[in-house]
Amino acid sequence: MTHKTLIPIGPYHPLQEEAEFFQLYVEGETVVDMDLRLSYNHRGIEGISETLTWDQVPYLVERVCGICSASHPLAYVQAVEELAGVEVPERALYLRTVVNELERIHSHLLWFGLAGHFIGYNTVFMWAWRYREPVLDALEIVTGSRVNYANHTVGGARRDLDEEMVRAIRKCLDEIDKPVDMLTTTALEDPILALRLKGVGVLTEEDARRFSALGPTARASNVPIDVRRDDPYAAYDRIEWEVQTTPNGDVFDKVVVRLLELRESMKIIRQALDDMPGGPIQADVKEVPAGEGIGHVEAPRGETFHYVRSNGGPCPERHKIRAPTYNNIPTYKVTCIGQSVADVTITLAAIDPCYSCTERMAVVRDASSGKYLMNFADLVRLSQRKTEELRKKC
Amino acid sequence: MNGLHFWIAVIVLGFLGTPILGLFFKWIDRFVTARIQWRKGPPFYQTYADVLKLLGKETVVSERSSVGMFLFAPVLGFVGVSVAAAMLWAVAIDPEASFAGDLIVVVYFLVFPSLALILGASASGSPHAGLGASREMKMVIAYELPFILALVPPILNAGGTFKLSQILSAQSEGVLLWSGSGFLAFLCALAVMQAKLGVVPFDQAEAETELMGGVIVAYSGPPLALIYLMKAMLLFVLPMFVITVFWGGVHLGGWGLLSTAVKFVVLLVVIVLMRNTNPRLRIDQTMKFFWFFVTPLAIAACVVSLYAH
Repeated sequence: MTHKTLIPIGPYHPLQEEAEFFQLYVEGETVVDMDLRLSYNHRGIEGISETLTWDQVPYLVERVCGICSASHPLAYVQAVEELAGVEVPERALYLRTVVNELERIHSHLLWFGLAGHFIGYNTVFMWAWRYREPVLDALEIVTGSRVNYANHTVGGARRDLDEEMVRAIRKCLDEIDKPVDMLTTTALEDPILALRLKGVGVLTEEDARRFSALGPTARASNVPIDVRRDDPYAAYDRIEWEVQTTPNGDVFDKVVVRLLELRESMKIIRQALDDMPGGPIQADVKEVPAGEGIGHVEAPRGETFHYVRSNGGPCPERHKIRAPTYNNIPTYKVTCIGQSVADVTITLAAIDPCYSCTERMAVVRDASSGKYLMNFADLVRLSQRKTEELRKKC
Repeated sequence: MNGLHFWIAVIVLGFLGTPILGLFFKWIDRFVTARIQWRKGPPFYQTYADVLKLLGKETVVSERSSVGMFLFAPVLGFVGVSVAAAMLWAVAIDPEASFAGDLIVVVYFLVFPSLALILGASASGSPHAGLGASREMKMVIAYELPFILALVPPILNAGGTFKLSQILSAQSEGVLLWSGSGFLAFLCALAVMQAKLGVVPFDQAEAETELMGGVIVAYSGPPLALIYLMKAMLLFVLPMFVITVFWGGVHLGGWGLLSTAVKFVVLLVVIVLMRNTNPRLRIDQTMKFFWFFVTPLAIAACVVSLYAH
């Protein structure tokens, strides 16, 4: 059969909560090619960041992603700390570790639930989210908020842990201990899940390296990269833990690797709480000198990278953010082509994408002269003209 | 019961009672599902409210669709299920109303919902609906054969007749379900029932996270209400059919009513549990499941049944 059908996924599709667009070229049920269009959600965060003071930016960048809202600020403050040469107190490093690992647990549980939903397994969806609830509660007790934690500041942490908070975190971990085991057993042993997920959307080790995949996407393809181990930040070098990898690179392994990481995260938090030293939680930062700094953090989806440049003023001169999804998106073509439509949806979801975190702005330029062909005013005029045309039609 | 009263009762039950009971069953399904998933679940009138709400909404028809077929298909499906329901009710109220070959007619009308969805989706001009229609077609091809094969033991049990009343009376001493061949055929019928209902693990034709609703994506307003009703009625009619053919039939008086209710509850529990403990299969896996697992099982049931009779 050579008849190709176009199946659009997006721009608005129940598969994913964000606006994104995949044009699937389908023969029968098999996807033979795909186009990918992003940037429906450009929010100009890097631009806004350059208008805010060094202290205000963390509260902006935690809004890059509602789920990685501990990772982005941490990457940013690490970049600024490197630039300003700040020595962060030991206790603050442990506090950062605890919050970031709690975030990882809630993010992985969230993804596991969504993955269930995408293949029609709504019971897994609801159960995973139910067990994610205590983690959000613990985050609220520790930082004051369930979503945007606002816990990392340049030079330390905003809020200290008291006895009661430590107890709350331990209670939360004990509470999800058994459910996490149960979910892991379900995922590993359910024959129908295996039927749906094994051998689907395989990202080979070679391709994972070729496209510089990050985080669980790479680790599921047997590429053991993890910023927490490769370039330790916070307190990860003082804690015993292992980088989890799985060998096959299919969607099933991406599920398993995340579930294994859940265990590892719980281990890290328990150790961090046991070993947490006393002392101050905030270094004194007077000014940020001119220069450049980078910070990277292993977010639940992979490495998130922040670059800041300072001219000695009150605001960053340039702030560059790269979310992990940016590296993981190019793996779509190799994993999706040749799959059936049913498998493509779960394969697209398997990198745990975060499109609005990744958005880039496109500029239309004349290739020879380098001049902008369309500026903001032109776009507004274009939009007004189209609206006018539509109005006339109705 | 004299002739006219009987037919009025059958028509009222078939065309009015079945939707009401079907929507009630749908509510049970939604409620139990919600409880399994740690949710609260909708109030009992929610399914009725859904239909009323849809009836009041605008019917949007795409410019690319062929309007006549697109709007006719839901009616076809609804009428098909209603007629099948009316025939089953007729046999349940008065076995005398059964006529030779009515089993075949019921089976025929039970294909109408799938057929209607395929027709409507193909007429809608939406690529998602088109893919959904192709999946629904594959489903029909996959499950109709084992379904018909699964009906062989009841037919043989009743002495080779296609008459529902005789299939029922053959079960008056012993229900077919508790014989070896009957049980195997019943299992096949359960699997087919799940597929005909189009719920997980066999909801590929709708697959909201893949095809945004697939066969029903283009529908809105009253036509969608009809499809919703049709699906809800199937949730009642298919168990009723299975009970009639394998499980001693539906009784409407005294203790019989209670045992009938228990039978319905058991079947509904099976449906709800299957749908909540499985992910959606791929369409090729569904076809393999029906052809290489359910069909041999149904053939085995036929062979056992042939030896027994």
